[in-house]
Amino acid sequence: MQIDLRTVSIQPLRNTFDHLVRRFGDKPASRYQEGSYDIQAAENLHYRPTWDPEQELYDTSITKIVMQDWYALKDPRQFYYSTYTLARARQQDSMEANFSFVESRGLTDLLPADLRQIALDLLVPLRHAAWGANQNNTFICGYGYGTTFTQPCIYHAMDNLGIAQYLSRLGLLLGGTEALDAGKAAWLDGEAWQPLRRYVEDCLALRDPFELFVAQNVALDGLLYPLVYERIVDEHLAGRGGSSVAMLTQFMTDWFDETRKWVDAVLKVAAGESEHNRAQLQEWINAWKCRAASAVLPVVEQVFGAEADDLVSEQVAAFKARIEKTGIAL
Amino acid sequence: MDMKTANKKLSLKDKYKLFTRDLGWEPTYRTKEEVFPYVQYEGIKIHDWDKWEDPFRLTMDSYWKYQAEKERKFYAIIDAHAQNNGHLHITDARYLSALKVFLQAISPGEYAAHKGFARVGREFPGVGTQVACQMQAIDEIRHAQTQIHALSNYNKFYNGFHGFAEHRDRIWYTSVARSFFDDAMAAGPFEFMIAIGFSFEYVLTNLLFVPFMSGAAYNGDMATVTFGFSAQSDEARHMTLGLECIKFMLEQDPDNLPIVQAWIDKWFWRGIRVLSLVSTMMDYMLPKRVMSWREAWNIYGIENGSALFKDLARYGIRAPKGWDHAEEAIDHMSHQLMLGLYQWKFGTSFHVWIPSDEDMDWLSKKYPTTFDKYYRPRWEHIKKHEAATGAPFNNFGLPKLCQCCQLPTLFTEPGDPTLICHRESVYQGERYHFCSDGCKDIFDNEPEKYIQAWLPMPGLMQDPLNGDLAGWMDWVFLKNGEDNGDYATSQDKHNFELWRSMASSNQ
Amino acid sequence: MSTVFIALQANEETRPIIEAIELDNPQAVVNREPAMVKINAPGRLVIRKDTIEEQLGRSYDLQELQINLITLSGNVDEDEDTLTLTWNE
Repeated sequence: MQIDLRTVSIQPLRNTFDHLVRRFGDKPASRYQEGSYDIQAAENLHYRPTWDPEQELYDTSITKIVMQDWYALKDPRQFYYSTYTLARARQQDSMEANFSFVESRGLTDLLPADLRQIALDLLVPLRHAAWGANQNNTFICGYGYGTTFTQPCIYHAMDNLGIAQYLSRLGLLLGGTEALDAGKAAWLDGEAWQPLRRYVEDCLALRDPFELFVAQNVALDGLLYPLVYERIVDEHLAGRGGSSVAMLTQFMTDWFDETRKWVDAVLKVAAGESEHNRAQLQEWINAWKCRAASAVLPVVEQVFGAEADDLVSEQVAAFKARIEKTGIAL
Repeated sequence: MDMKTANKKLSLKDKYKLFTRDLGWEPTYRTKEEVFPYVQYEGIKIHDWDKWEDPFRLTMDSYWKYQAEKERKFYAIIDAHAQNNGHLHITDARYLSALKVFLQAISPGEYAAHKGFARVGREFPGVGTQVACQMQAIDEIRHAQTQIHALSNYNKFYNGFHGFAEHRDRIWYTSVARSFFDDAMAAGPFEFMIAIGFSFEYVLTNLLFVPFMSGAAYNGDMATVTFGFSAQSDEARHMTLGLECIKFMLEQDPDNLPIVQAWIDKWFWRGIRVLSLVSTMMDYMLPKRVMSWREAWNIYGIENGSALFKDLARYGIRAPKGWDHAEEAIDHMSHQLMLGLYQWKFGTSFHVWIPSDEDMDWLSKKYPTTFDKYYRPRWEHIKKHEAATGAPFNNFGLPKLCQCCQLPTLFTEPGDPTLICHRESVYQGERYHFCSDGCKDIFDNEPEKYIQAWLPMPGLMQDPLNGDLAGWMDWVFLKNGEDNGDYATSQDKHNFELWRSMASSNQ
Repeated sequence: MSTVFIALQANEETRPIIEAIELDNPQAVVNREPAMVKINAPGRLVIRKDTIEEQLGRSYDLQELQINLITLSGNVDEDEDTLTLTWNE
């Protein structure tokens, strides 16, 4: 029997799940809410981890930040898997178009040799820094508490991997596999890169997920992305005939612009929770920001020489202004 | 120009290598122990992480592209399903019990797998392994979310779905799946991989998803077919990861063999116990059944499992210790558990029912050596009892739960389906109970872990509930008379039939 | 000999892929089930990009298989041109 069920008008018995009614009232919930709130086990955890019996399986006390409700750390983009993936697939489409535009028109051949060298020296080693960021965000996702805080971190981690792969592709396009080898050698042994590599390795040894969030996503990315992708690639290189390089890093520029709104929202809510949190965040951001600034300075010096100092200072000032808007005085 | 030609010559394998494992480096400012602190203590010896073989070579560009395509299809179908009252297309509302158990017990497991894979995706030192685990971590949150989204519309019209988050943490039968995933997450990274990546994904996941989703297709539930098959498309990657991982461990050092074998033994048995819930779905809860649990086991357990263990024999791996016991138990487990669930239906957030005569005939055909002999008489006895007393057959006595798998100790002795199997161990002066040798062995191997298990039944008898059943129902978010009990008298049945009749008449 | 298998969603996109698999694997057995097509083969199954492209009449990336894949069994080896499933015995 084929019946037309669309014609049946029936009243739903309820609007949404109980836990969402408790949080948001008795009304239909969004897919972000359904897919994010209270979906991590909260009570009656069965066993303590054998890898660290001091911890619970999901443990709020492994960070110094204290939240009454970790789900308050909402992602303003309201990304759940589907919206995240669709957004990135669209960006990937335009990156694919950019790469093939540059390749098919031989634009890299028109790139002045000095600019090509700057691009290679600056960008290729950064794929290793992006890999470090990937591991750090995977860590925050794995050990952080509450899905609204942790799910953006696995998306962020996959983005970090995507960025490392875009940089690898750029290196291959501009300089072949030799360029990737040279970039790795610079990352491992080149003097200009050692402070940054030390910073990344120090992050890999951190086990407080929120401090790691500050060290990687707030401090390091907050200085590195605007300096490298805005000041150097989009302004300096593009202004001198290197706009093809800017096309190949468009994802990074857009991505930083998008994701920093999430990073700021997390800081704002966490700092607003208590004086304790605010003071802790202030201490962490101050400490990691100083280290991050001195780690990126030699990287920027490769391009700007003596002017690098001013450029980094300017960026630190801009960073400070940005963070203070979240309610954390630096 | 010659550089571009050089690029073109890179094979998929070489390109993938450059795009993943070439990203990593040996830390020099920090020790390996600081960066990867959990990779030693389980005793697994890895000499060369570069020997890891990447199963599928997905870079992020392809990942986003293909996953986005899957997502577009999935949400288009569930949107249409919600807009067109797709829930009225199912065979009948008995089918929903299977979905309720799924949302309460299995979807939280997807989330736990997401967290677990994020952890091992950071803790393993090899880049290839890390990336594969991270992709699984993001896939698993996808599965949890697509399941909640697909079942959200059912929640609007039917009971038993609304409190899945509270049920996950508090109701008794979800503890079977919860303790399974908690157990895996509480283990080290290598054991986690064997538990979830290999035993669950490779050996058992086909038994969960493929027959269950075919069942959904038979019963007219397009939303579930869609989330199921869409999740399975990721699962093929995950299974391959699990298989590569076990081969890698076994190839790296001969000392790994006994450790890996013990984990396979443990996690196979843990998995079989979780799947007993699935066996009741397949044999009893689907109004229109696609195949029996036994038939599914023959295809995905015996045929596939034997091929797998024959393949792994070259490393010295043998079939899991509990294999023969499981094979014998397959003909009994769905009946034994369903009879239990029927008696405790006042405490389940899904409906159960006595199988109709037609259903019982189907079961005797599918289980010719066991159903008529052992289980039809028990169902008939319940029927008679209900007819005589005019009241539903309930057993308010609390079942004893197995300290390991957390199921009631209702399964029978190997070799004697008339005798309930019961085992005990004493540890530090306390006595612990088990449903089987398999579960007792697991406890005896790691008693300090399993004595921590949260057993939901004793909680009901302790402060503050002190045996107050109504108070317990409030605490687990179970609405008495709506979510629980016999299907025959349920609101779900009433509403479904009413709405269907509205669709086929002009009332 | 152990059976390897691959299962794909039953839809318009997979029809030519299944035809290609049948062409390349004469020993394979195709089982059509509700919403799913499961292809079994003794010991080994090969999926070739070229054959799929001939059936489709367009170029095809083997990784597109991911979209409609339900499950598989056997050791996987994938490169640009082929995806092979095998059991070692």
